[in-house]
Amino acid sequence: MASAVLLEGITKRFPGVIANDGVNLDVAEGEIHAICGENGAGKSTLMKILYGMQPADEGRMVVNGQEVKFSSPKEAIALGIGMVHQHFMLADNLSVLENVILGAEPAKNGIIDFPEARRHIIELGEDYGLKVGTRDLVESLEVGERQRIEIIKVLFRGAKILILDEPTAVLVPQEVEELFRNMRELKANGHTIIFIDHKLDEVLEIADTITVIRAGKTIDTVKPEDVTARDLAELMVGSELPVPETRESTVTDHVVIEAVDAAADDDAGSPKLRAVSMKVHKGEILGIAGVEGNGQAEFVEALMGMRPLTSGSISLEGVRMKGWGTRQRREAGIGYIPEDRTRRGLLAGFPLWENAMLGQQSMEPYVRNGFWIQREAARSHTGKIVEQFDVRTPSVDVAAHALSGGNQQKLIVGREMSAELVALIAAHPTRGIDVGAQAAVWEELRQARATGLAVILISADLEELIGLSDRLVVMLRGDIVAELDPTKVTPRDLGSYMTGASTQGGES
Amino acid sequence: MGKKLFYVLAAPLVAVGVALFISSIVLLFAGANPLSAYQNMWEFGTRLETLIETLNRATPLYLSGIAVAIGFRMNLFNIGIEGQYVLAAIIAAKVGAEINLPPILHVTVIIVVAMIVGAFWSGLAGFLKVTRNVHEVISTIMLNAIAVSGIVSYLLSIWDVPDASLDTALKEIPESGWMPSLNGFVEIFTRDIKRVELWGFILVAAAVGVAYHVLINRTRVGYDLRASGENAPAAEASGTDPKKMIMAAMLLGGAVAGLVGLPELLGDAHEYNLRFTRGLGFAGIAVALLGRNHAVGIAIGAFVFGWLDRASGVLEVRGDAPREIVAIMQGVIILAAVIAYAVVERKRREDEAAAAAAATAQVLAERQAAKEQGGAS
Repeated sequence: MASAVLLEGITKRFPGVIANDGVNLDVAEGEIHAICGENGAGKSTLMKILYGMQPADEGRMVVNGQEVKFSSPKEAIALGIGMVHQHFMLADNLSVLENVILGAEPAKNGIIDFPEARRHIIELGEDYGLKVGTRDLVESLEVGERQRIEIIKVLFRGAKILILDEPTAVLVPQEVEELFRNMRELKANGHTIIFIDHKLDEVLEIADTITVIRAGKTIDTVKPEDVTARDLAELMVGSELPVPETRESTVTDHVVIEAVDAAADDDAGSPKLRAVSMKVHKGEILGIAGVEGNGQAEFVEALMGMRPLTSGSISLEGVRMKGWGTRQRREAGIGYIPEDRTRRGLLAGFPLWENAMLGQQSMEPYVRNGFWIQREAARSHTGKIVEQFDVRTPSVDVAAHALSGGNQQKLIVGREMSAELVALIAAHPTRGIDVGAQAAVWEELRQARATGLAVILISADLEELIGLSDRLVVMLRGDIVAELDPTKVTPRDLGSYMTGASTQGGES
Repeated sequence: MGKKLFYVLAAPLVAVGVALFISSIVLLFAGANPLSAYQNMWEFGTRLETLIETLNRATPLYLSGIAVAIGFRMNLFNIGIEGQYVLAAIIAAKVGAEINLPPILHVTVIIVVAMIVGAFWSGLAGFLKVTRNVHEVISTIMLNAIAVSGIVSYLLSIWDVPDASLDTALKEIPESGWMPSLNGFVEIFTRDIKRVELWGFILVAAAVGVAYHVLINRTRVGYDLRASGENAPAAEASGTDPKKMIMAAMLLGGAVAGLVGLPELLGDAHEYNLRFTRGLGFAGIAVALLGRNHAVGIAIGAFVFGWLDRASGVLEVRGDAPREIVAIMQGVIILAAVIAYAVVERKRREDEAAAAAAATAQVLAERQAAKEQGGAS
């Protein structure tokens, strides 16, 4: 089959380093081509070059048999290349229709032709199974729906070659399935898809061809039927892989966190958490499984003092935390790795050392007497975190937004773990980070447990949950519906409890 | 290091350059010779007396700029400085005139009253935001109108002292409540100063600047404030109460705003009257923008604005152009500065991201090399 995209010897240098070092990529027309690699391996740079956002220093690009050189995404779009970014670029307060046509408005006599636009969008939706309500406001949509709109946006602009940058990073399993259905539909209609991912089981399921990039070089191009997930991971990292497994138990009978019939409402005031009771012991990792939106987020916020309980109580070391603010809870030794690092965990424009003190800004060594910031001590402490947790950065003075997602996450994990904790709440601690960073985070959680922390782990990665937890509970519609032994449960079983297909009552 | 300096200086220098260029075009349009106009301004503006007047003008502008910057630092657009300082000035003038205390204490009481009034008026906007979610731009605009054209006009009419002069003015503050001039100090280094006096309040303004810098950058309160402004949900997760921070920023900003009218009141007018300078609150927004919310930057911004105000008088005297041309220059400087800052900031972010990507790739490459070497041996 003819090549839709052919990249040869693409090289891109940044001051002092080579991000892409003679990368070759051959994407056949009408295939789904996955690009795998660690964070920082050069995948995103390569895609930016292909989409015209950055020029390559060396190399040849051929699109549909025609040699090209892009100086802006406009030229790439004109040749039928479209990109869906990992972070959606949608205007929340506009409707779906308005978002899709933004910047490519069909006009009749200088006036936007809304009926024509609507007809076209609905037609695209029907052709590719991308269901959207054109009149809905984007702010009212779920993540998966927003992604569909991004895809429709590029199709609306006539894209035949779609670049999807880590499309599954933000999705829950059901949404991933939906996305894959859409991708197959697109393929069936003759579109070519290049997608970046590092969840290997997904790559193996959907891709026709896989190219692995490591340290800026093309390592190999393989067919999914010829490799296992382990082979792929080893190609990506270049070495043997760790697995999420906790060794011998360190669980004690000392209760650190106890929730008794804890209930809370969501922002709109409807009950989201109903009478949840649980105990977490010193040296234990308690895993909370559940499809997102079943009360886990509200439970975590209640634990951290950011959401009031409507009834029931939560205690730390036997003391009820009623009326405690977030700072008091943190000072009492609760660490918190938030599920959305850019929203809850980072000050993007602030230097790393000021991000390291976030959440500990009333504590040593960052401040003296709870008031005066100790700049030098804070910097050197951040330096230690950066070194110990392998945060890759030129210095502790660069702004957090300059770091890749995985490195940001390592900084967050590092700062929480370097505080003096009795309990740690880790919400999706490895979301959107690569296998290398993931392994590092797992190791840290294991160490935390070994040193006697009580850990609450919330994750959508079921292997991670089963592998790390000493005990598992399943949350469904604001209740705990099952308590399971991770050594005896498979991801499949867990999934059916999460969706309510099995119940513990029915089993016994 | 050289790069850091470039990031700091590039934008303001470009802004001034662009402003000079555009002003030249405007001057040409007005039929004046730009070079001679600038030369006249420079000659007049570098005279000792003009510089003293510039400092007198810059002092309240600086305080106003700091008051705005406190809000900006936490993403609050407190444009109510105008109402806060005018209200604070008239009430402080009244209290100051009615009491009689020893010199330093008298001045201190006036300062404290002004700060309390400013904080109270600004705090109303904070309270409305925290309890009823009223946007501070809306509430401070309303509060400006209520204070300036409502309360102050009313107070001026009922507190007006009928005397020989036909002026509408409050009773004068007794001499113990005046701020001494600093002429004696300046003259140690210069020739005698004629006609004008350097207002002593400049020392208070400098102290406020230092306090602002230390509070914002070196204390937990300042960190909490900046963190809330940068990313409120993250600040909340770190244990900072966003509502408390809004109140703190509005109260602090208002307290500083209360000081804006005092340099003139304590240094020169000694009474509140109809001629009292207005508009310093809005000028403060421009000064804070120009100074990038930085204590030293705002000082430079206040000086530049003060100097343009004072040195421009000569344009009319020499018949170059109407002095209002300076308002155009000030406006262009702000516009050019805002644009130049945005451009430089983007460049800085790009450089930083590239450096971080480089560091990551470097580590990966080294690891790779180590592995290959290990495999070979």
